[in-house]
Amino acid sequence: MKHLRSIDELGVDGLVDLLQLTDHMAEINQRPVPKVPALRGRTVASLFFEDSTRTRLSFETAAKRLSADTMTFNVSTSSVNKGESLRDTVATITDMGVDAFVVRHKSVGIPWQISQWTTASIINAGDGAHQHPTQALVDCYTIREATHVQNFAGMKIAIVGDIKHSRVARSNIQAFTLLGASVVLVAPPTLLPPDVSHWPVTVSHQLDDIIGGVDVLYMLRLQSERMAQGHVPTLREYSEQYGLTQKRVQALKSDAIVMHPGPMNRGVEMQIDPSDVKNSLIHRQVANGVSVRMAVLFKLLGSGSNLGGQA
Amino acid sequence: MSKSLVIKGGTIVNRDSHAVGDVKIENGRIVEIGKNLKGEMQLDASGCIVSSGFVDLHAHLREPGKEEAETIETGSRAGALGGYTALVAMPNTDPPQDSVAVIDFVREQGKRAGLVDVVPSGCITLGRQGESLAPMAELASAGVTLLTDDGNGVQDAALMRRALEYARGLGITLAQHCEVAELTKGAVMNECSCCTDLGLPGWPSIAEELMVFRDIELVRITGASMHFLHLSTERSVELVRAAKRDGLPITAEVTPHHLSLTQELLASYNPVYKVNPPLRSIADIQALKAGLRDGTIDAIATDHAPHPRRDKEMSLDMAPPGMLGLETALGVVLAEGACEIRDVVALMSWNPAKIARIDDEHGRDVVAGANANLCVFDPQLTWRVDPERLASKSINTPYIGRTLRGRVRHTIFKGTPTVIDGQAQR
Amino acid sequence: MSKSASSSTSREAMTAADVRRAIVRIAHEIVERNHGVVGLAIVGLQRGGTWLGEEIAAQINKIESEVSVPVGALDVSLHRDDISLRPVSLGAISNIPFDLSGATVVLVDDVLYTGRTVRAAMEGLNNYGRPRAVQLAVLVDRGHRELPIRPDFVGKNLPTHRGDDVSATRDGVFVTPNSEDKS
Repeated sequence: MKHLRSIDELGVDGLVDLLQLTDHMAEINQRPVPKVPALRGRTVASLFFEDSTRTRLSFETAAKRLSADTMTFNVSTSSVNKGESLRDTVATITDMGVDAFVVRHKSVGIPWQISQWTTASIINAGDGAHQHPTQALVDCYTIREATHVQNFAGMKIAIVGDIKHSRVARSNIQAFTLLGASVVLVAPPTLLPPDVSHWPVTVSHQLDDIIGGVDVLYMLRLQSERMAQGHVPTLREYSEQYGLTQKRVQALKSDAIVMHPGPMNRGVEMQIDPSDVKNSLIHRQVANGVSVRMAVLFKLLGSGSNLGGQA
Repeated sequence: MSKSLVIKGGTIVNRDSHAVGDVKIENGRIVEIGKNLKGEMQLDASGCIVSSGFVDLHAHLREPGKEEAETIETGSRAGALGGYTALVAMPNTDPPQDSVAVIDFVREQGKRAGLVDVVPSGCITLGRQGESLAPMAELASAGVTLLTDDGNGVQDAALMRRALEYARGLGITLAQHCEVAELTKGAVMNECSCCTDLGLPGWPSIAEELMVFRDIELVRITGASMHFLHLSTERSVELVRAAKRDGLPITAEVTPHHLSLTQELLASYNPVYKVNPPLRSIADIQALKAGLRDGTIDAIATDHAPHPRRDKEMSLDMAPPGMLGLETALGVVLAEGACEIRDVVALMSWNPAKIARIDDEHGRDVVAGANANLCVFDPQLTWRVDPERLASKSINTPYIGRTLRGRVRHTIFKGTPTVIDGQAQR
Repeated sequence: MSKSASSSTSREAMTAADVRRAIVRIAHEIVERNHGVVGLAIVGLQRGGTWLGEEIAAQINKIESEVSVPVGALDVSLHRDDISLRPVSLGAISNIPFDLSGATVVLVDDVLYTGRTVRAAMEGLNNYGRPRAVQLAVLVDRGHRELPIRPDFVGKNLPTHRGDDVSATRDGVFVTPNSEDKS
């Protein structure tokens, strides 16, 4: 496995393998000295064209715990952001001796385009509204950890919110269904992509209709721009129809899990403080981020799976 | 040139005949058609079709303003290699072709290159801004016969109505790039299940169809002539078919890429496939081909749109839309097998010459007395597109490495060969 | 390091009974050398040494029954020095549910060969704390050391060829010659 760019490219075997690898990494993170020399001498470069302190730090911590060296390129709104010299930037950094790039960009497809310009491994930390595979891995791992099941058959997961613009939703829909879960998307029609008939999901426009039957309630962030773009009339109306309110928390099954990829738009999709929600695993999503990313880095750079022959 | 030239042994395709023969050319005109003709210079055309030279209604030659991508000279050379003897130059240059000065400049550059007739089109609105009319009468007196804001459609219905009324009085044709801009903001590819998977904003078919419908109705009430550029959807074809049944003065064109490539290619994330209007579905392709066969669509036009390499190495959403077309048009059309050879000549030469109103010199039957703007092509030859061998300054063609069928062997412009055995002579 | 015997030409170097007796003797030696069991901890190396570590700990608990010796398991895959040279497949997860700072840790493995696994183990132990001392107990020492590592407690010294496969379980120790040299 040379790259981690999307969940469908990873496949169910790759997905399960990484989740199992994460158990090893989670144990390392419990040790008084949570560091192993597994990736000593390797260099991991972060290319973040979109701001994201949390994800970037999560990757850098993961790299360091495996004893890899890290490089950070905080490319903000310079000409490189326009893609003008993206190719040059990537080629130059590769020449400095980089084994893996962790890339986040607001344009779809950048991780695949970059792969043409470098021999390094590419890890997609988010490309536009397309994919965010490590987030999906974190979410699957968190559910697995809480429910102690390897396989999600029979599990009902609702993803609520701005599916249309969400890379987290696209990656999670693939990951959850690959593991056997039934996924229902809950959103107003304007926040759903044009045609989801070929996706293995069901769709509902009424959160209250389905909330009592789900095992996992996954809330997505609604950006305030969506109101200006005419996707929802007002944020207040969105929040009333699709937000997590006290009443809806009470309608959940007693063992249902609540999740959110962060950051939260309080008062919009979350009307209630997550720390007041009994079964919120949002803090575990954050905690598991480093272990998952260690598993990904190890798989790509240290497990020998991209040596000449077979792993 | 007083040297006589004979094109030997080709199959001459005219409107009413289809026969093997030699063509003798002197002083820029065809002087004789027959057998065993002799001349000072001879070009072999055995196994080839001889027809009037192709006319492209839709080529972006980028000069003035974006000479990095293409110049009138390099674009003309690409056209000649593609069998073209006339190119209608699109007006989205910088400065745009909305004044006589720019029109004259483009025409002059074309003459200086001397490879094809460069026929400048004008803008409908000043600066292509869509706000006020360009000086149409002035442009018409400078010889412009086709006006368009291509690159964009004219969004304001009232303005478009006035443009059509004014144009009717001048006897010129307006051409529309049909795209309702509000529906395509940020769009990168056809709105379809593929763009759902990729999380990309889509370019819905209805953005084109709404404007096709609107303009058909405006033509109905104004009586002016309208030409629809690069139609790409099934419903657009249906609308034009019905309009023609009603006898409206409407013509339409389609590009070779819209006849051969589908939206799924965008899943490669390669911006070479990004184009406006976007690549669509198999059903749309089939409807377009049916439109070619039943006469709904009058012409094949390339929408040749060069971009420097760097511009197509950006992300999908940042890269400018457009692909090359002049050197591959014939090869793509014949590989697709959508129509007979005679229809190909009609679609690529006779009809576009008429629409551009240059049918006194182009798109004529190959007969004695006609001027010699000819294309000699081998309809069976298969060949692969090699980016190193393109005459265009840019290389953004989606057909790199693909095998096409049909290739131009010689092109004759005003009696002089511009291309011999696939090599440009200038 | 152990591999399962795959050919009918394997020979039995230790019987099940031999293994049992060796375990009893090693347990006694550990207790004797350390003057009792205070501060002692057993850590078996994944995967071949974990069963052995548990057996040795059980024996020690029989000998000195007042205190129960803590037992853990360590997966050294991530500490190996040949990670970039060959594919690594991870063993079972490490589990050291006690503090080993200041303890005398007895590392346990079934077969001692090049010594690289033990070196990796000693580095891995550092993640958990700083032991007072580290000792090494193995069922079989098959020679061919590549690092300056020596065992404190040995069940049997077994000369082998580099290409041989050695497997060591409760059921016995078997040596299978291989045609290819696996060095």
